Amino acid sequence: MADFTLRVNGATRKVSSVAPDTPLLYVLRNDLELNGPKFGCGLAQCGACTVLIDGKSVRSCSVPVSAAAKGAITTLEGLGTIEKLHPLQRAFIEEQACQCGYCSNGMIMAAKALLASNPRPSEVEIKRALNGHLCRCASHNRIVRAVQRAAKEMA
Amino acid sequence: MKPSLSRRNFLKTGSALVISFSLAPDAFGQAKPAPLPGSLNNNRMLDSWLRVDADGTVTIFTGKIELGQGIGTALAQIAADELDVDLKRIKIVYGDTALTPNEGQTAGSQSVESSGTALRFACAEARDILVNAAAAKLGVAATALAVSDGTCTAGGKSVAYWDLVGDVNLKREAQAMVKPKLASEHKWVGKSVLRRDIPKKMTGGAAYVQDVRLPGMVFGRVVRPPSPGARLVAFDEAAVKRMPGVIAVVRDGDFLGLAAEREEQAIKARELLKKSARWKESESLPPSGDALYEHLMTKAKSVDSVVNEKTSVTVAAPAKTLNATYTRPFQVHGSIGPSCAVAQWREGRLTVWTHSQGVFPLRGDLAKVFATDPANVHCIHAEGAGCYGHNGADDVALDAALVARATGGRPVKLQWMRDDEFQWEPYGSAMVMKLSGGLDAQGNVVDWTHEVWSHPHNNRPGAAGGVNLLASWHLEKPSRAPFPVDPPQPTGGGDRNSIPLYDFPNQKVVKHFLPEMPLRTSALRTLGGYSNVFALESFIDELALAAGADPVEFRLRHLKDPRARAAIEAAAQRSGGRPNAKGDGARGRGFAFAKYKNLACYVAVVADVEVDRASGKVRVTRAVAAVDAGQIVNPDGVVNQIEGGIIQSASWTLMEAVRYDRTRVSTRSWADYPIIHFGDVPQVEVVLLDHPEDRFHGVGEGSQGPAAAAIANAIANATGKRLRALPFAPERVRQALA
Repeated sequence: MADFTLRVNGATRKVSSVAPDTPLLYVLRNDLELNGPKFGCGLAQCGACTVLIDGKSVRSCSVPVSAAAKGAITTLEGLGTIEKLHPLQRAFIEEQACQCGYCSNGMIMAAKALLASNPRPSEVEIKRALNGHLCRCASHNRIVRAVQRAAKEMA
Repeated sequence: MKPSLSRRNFLKTGSALVISFSLAPDAFGQAKPAPLPGSLNNNRMLDSWLRVDADGTVTIFTGKIELGQGIGTALAQIAADELDVDLKRIKIVYGDTALTPNEGQTAGSQSVESSGTALRFACAEARDILVNAAAAKLGVAATALAVSDGTCTAGGKSVAYWDLVGDVNLKREAQAMVKPKLASEHKWVGKSVLRRDIPKKMTGGAAYVQDVRLPGMVFGRVVRPPSPGARLVAFDEAAVKRMPGVIAVVRDGDFLGLAAEREEQAIKARELLKKSARWKESESLPPSGDALYEHLMTKAKSVDSVVNEKTSVTVAAPAKTLNATYTRPFQVHGSIGPSCAVAQWREGRLTVWTHSQGVFPLRGDLAKVFATDPANVHCIHAEGAGCYGHNGADDVALDAALVARATGGRPVKLQWMRDDEFQWEPYGSAMVMKLSGGLDAQGNVVDWTHEVWSHPHNNRPGAAGGVNLLASWHLEKPSRAPFPVDPPQPTGGGDRNSIPLYDFPNQKVVKHFLPEMPLRTSALRTLGGYSNVFALESFIDELALAAGADPVEFRLRHLKDPRARAAIEAAAQRSGGRPNAKGDGARGRGFAFAKYKNLACYVAVVADVEVDRASGKVRVTRAVAAVDAGQIVNPDGVVNQIEGGIIQSASWTLMEAVRYDRTRVSTRSWADYPIIHFGDVPQVEVVLLDHPEDRFHGVGEGSQGPAAAAIANAIANATGKRLRALPFAPERVRQALA
């Protein structure tokens, strides 16, 4: 058991008495009470748990908290709020780009990482960036449109 | 998520029109009451559907639940229109056994139809009562009042609904005599209002049962048997109890569960518990692959019935007869979020937060397992990941309740792991459809038979004679599973959509219901509809080809229903090309059509495919759908359901099958059960045919069957090869083309 100081969404957060190999996901969800990252498979196969570490999209179910403590972590909550939406969040709402929304966290976070490195991605590039993210309700086309819409707004 | 207010607290919040919650009218031994529209019929009190509060809000109560299909938004649109209030004033309480009407399951694409219809009539009547109270207060005639956003005005005087809280009592039986508004008077219904559940989902708000956090809450996990029918021999309880954070290990017969202070501790302890457990397994599963279908047709115990029969003596014998057998494997719901529940015991009373599709039936089954009065069990809806039917939602609620008995009153959040979900959720049944059809000399269908073999499609909680919860069968004192019943026609279960909508002079439909389930099955979106439409609409194309006819013209020639014809023509027209244009070996176009359950929405689908002959990989490049769903409440909501249905069906059709041997299910992760990815998703265009004069027809399950058949027909069009065994995975396609 150890204590960790995490940088999450621009704030410094201390968590105590956590095993170093604890997947970051459970620390974010249960210690810090963040709802954005979701448990989907625990095997880095679905993408529902995605967060950014130093701007890179990672699967928080498979990153130990001890490793995550070295970087700056951004979750869905760090992008914006209902009152002050990030362009991606606004675009997902305007395109109604989900049914159940359980996968949306991963879609938005992966899109955030994509737009940081490629601000005007083509449809194919968006699909390639999101290809490892599963959506069972099949809102894929709406998600692609939302990312395109956000890219336009952010340009 | 903060837990919902208890009923008592709820009723205390502010002064309200509702004095108390009423489940049933005072009958006083009266004769059977007159039928009321939709779910009003079984929940007849106005105050069980809505209340108006002094703070200027209206709360509507629905026994249905939000599962990402947008039901909350649609119901709010309906209520706001009938009441003449702004949409923003509407609050919703979903399925809660202490607060809402009992509307059974949220299933069968019936929520708008049954709950929406009830709310429409209840709100229309409530408006009438409120407007009359306003008229009395203002001393004017009710007909003189204009109502705008809940404020009633006449001659410069006005009073709002929320000012009438002391004057009006909605605790009365609905009469349904007040006529709802005409479509032309609607302000909200018919508009693509943005869904109310989405903003919090996109910003990390507490939106799901996974987000419920209670004081003192601990985390639970289960260890399931390694195979159906396995019996627990031994396990190392002491070693698991020594694991960090573990506060309870629960063994009851073959049920194993545990609770720990932290979630990752529960997961680690589960691993050790799993490793230490020894089981006695047996070969209880049917053969797999093609042998399964032979087994279903010849070996599985069958209850046979003729579902539909029509004969004509005047029609000549067929000049040509075709036979074909189609198959579908076991398939999963595959929710992205594994099933989850939070349970807490306090003084012998159980509270469960659940994403079950039916909180009342779940309460009943939980009460049976714990041998308690249902009044001691409170089930509260909290959303889960999309479920697409009966997944592990109900089962995990019992798991959480069993583990929570050992935590000294501390609430337990228990989520299944990915392998729990894949191995133990009830599957969509494997099925066989055997069709034959006769053509006369002019190429018209004169004879048609459809035989279908299927396990049950409806093993949800709430059935008589037992308990439909997984863990209950594993307990030391096990519950009995109810004897499965297939939903009868006109909706049907395994035989759903097996009766042709086409006008054939002779036809016979036979159902072989296979009640014994070596692999547990239950409701997966459309029940048997997906498979039967796949078979029926593939076979119609085979007959059209044999008759040398255009598949669209061939369908129209056998179809009188004008709305069916309109949907078919609209899809054909929008697709912009003739479905029977010769494929080039790699690219093709297919057509298919169905009226879901033969009594709900009409959906026609055109699919374009590309077949890579070398790898056998099939990609759907474009799909066009025309949809007639009667009166449309939220057009974008309908489009979203149809798009999702087509793409999900493309995934089922091209990729999905549960794998197992004679003992174990080997499908455990997404690596074993690939589903469609972004790169393979088709473009989808949806044409809506609105009928505002009509009632609502649900659309959640309308497109899957037609999409599957359109894909099969497109592959046949492209390659000249007819594929009849789902899924059309690369290896199977490559073999067929070799």
